[in-house]
Amino acid sequence: MQTNAIQVNGLHKSYKQLQVLKGVDFEVQNGSIFALLGSNGAGKTTIVKILTTLLEQDGGTAAVNGFDVASKPDNVRQSISLTGQFAAVDEILTGRENLIMIARLRHLDNPRQISDDLLNRFSLNDAADRRVSTYSGGMRRRLDIAMSLVGKPQIIFLDEPTTGLDPEARLEVWKIVKELANNGTTVFLTTQYLDEAEQLANRIAILHEGKIIANGTLADLKKLFPPAKVEYIEKQPNLEEIFLAIIGKKEKI
Amino acid sequence: METINKHYFSDMGVMLGRSMRHILRSMDTIITVTITPIAMMLLFVYVLGGAIQTGMDNYVNYLLPGILLMAISSGIAYTSYRLFMDMQRGIFERFHSMPIARSAALWGHVLTSLVSNAISVVVIILVALLMGFRSSAGILSWLAVAGILALFTLALTWIAVIAGLSATSVDGAGAFAYPLIFLPFISSAFVPTETMPSVVRAFAENQPVTSIVNAIRALLAGQLVGSDVWVALAWCVGIMLVAYFFAMRVYKKRM
Repeated sequence: MQTNAIQVNGLHKSYKQLQVLKGVDFEVQNGSIFALLGSNGAGKTTIVKILTTLLEQDGGTAAVNGFDVASKPDNVRQSISLTGQFAAVDEILTGRENLIMIARLRHLDNPRQISDDLLNRFSLNDAADRRVSTYSGGMRRRLDIAMSLVGKPQIIFLDEPTTGLDPEARLEVWKIVKELANNGTTVFLTTQYLDEAEQLANRIAILHEGKIIANGTLADLKKLFPPAKVEYIEKQPNLEEIFLAIIGKKEKI
Repeated sequence: METINKHYFSDMGVMLGRSMRHILRSMDTIITVTITPIAMMLLFVYVLGGAIQTGMDNYVNYLLPGILLMAISSGIAYTSYRLFMDMQRGIFERFHSMPIARSAALWGHVLTSLVSNAISVVVIILVALLMGFRSSAGILSWLAVAGILALFTLALTWIAVIAGLSATSVDGAGAFAYPLIFLPFISSAFVPTETMPSVVRAFAENQPVTSIVNAIRALLAGQLVGSDVWVALAWCVGIMLVAYFFAMRVYKKRM
């Protein structure tokens, strides 16, 4: 089956008078990491909502895992998992209960085993039986992503997964995303951070004023600009590097 | 679709399990919901009750039905609040992007509302028993009372769903309940309607609380209920259907 994981053609969407998407086209290859880059309000979340069957488009077509999102939403939902902009975790339940709940809703055998494995993998063992309301932002985000991995969906949507996270937590999320792609999962990621797209994505598309204005690999996008002028400057560590070095958690990613 | 139907009840079970944990872990909401009605009951029985002529020798017996309705009216504000928080935190979006019946998430909240209000009602009845409430009602009458209260809860719950789905702030999500909490005051819940001026009396006798209160009071006293019970049921079912219709419309629009 060599269809694209995601295929979007001429997507249009308006909220009342406001035209958010004005004919968006792109495709995402199976097993790749695709980053949709754009400033706040560019329409990234609207695209995610249409692709995850939460919102109907006004025009154009979108297919996920070969299924049309408008006519076959149930098949789409079987293939995907969404990690929204705000950590969609139940704060009153514990981390373990959150994972078991999702496993039950996906009708999997042995929910407890699945939750144990994910708690392990996301280093949430110690906090497993604490209420999520006591978790830090990074832990919440890890649990959120862990919940999305229950049942091993083929395509994962991450809507601004690192917004509001501290640098350490951000690196953790990056590591997770890379591992996912290494295991063959397709990752659709939106972000407003350029370095995030640069670090993670096989392909990057830039959404601006309702249209994709650039789409390609990082090398492709770099070619759009004139070659860099060579200048010699003293390399200063940036604040992030200093911060990470001091707290001794600097990881090579 | 087939797989979804096949799992509908197990999905509902999971949602109900989630809700029960929410209720059990936030017993403070039960206390918040029951404390005002209990305070009202104490105030009316021990301060004002002596001066109120109801035609019944036990004022707690007279008062209890109205107090229960008051508790349910304030209890549903939390239904609205819980729903609003689920929408805000994006957990609804997670459920809706999963292969489960969409309505399961909403019905989970409706069931939560029924269960948590039932707990509040039981707590208040226990306090009333301590204060001297006695009933000669048989098991069938008690079942009828439970049924009317459940219908009343459902009717208000669907109003709460509308509020919870369309609110733009936490405060807005609960504000709709205030007029409902005060409705029992202009009814036969605390005093007989005969003493009220004609306009107020006309309102009091024709608003839903009076017929519901009268029906429950008669059932608990082991008396014949007469037409009040049918008027009460008509109000509950009517409000429930209208609120359900609008709640579903808002739900489809918001999702």
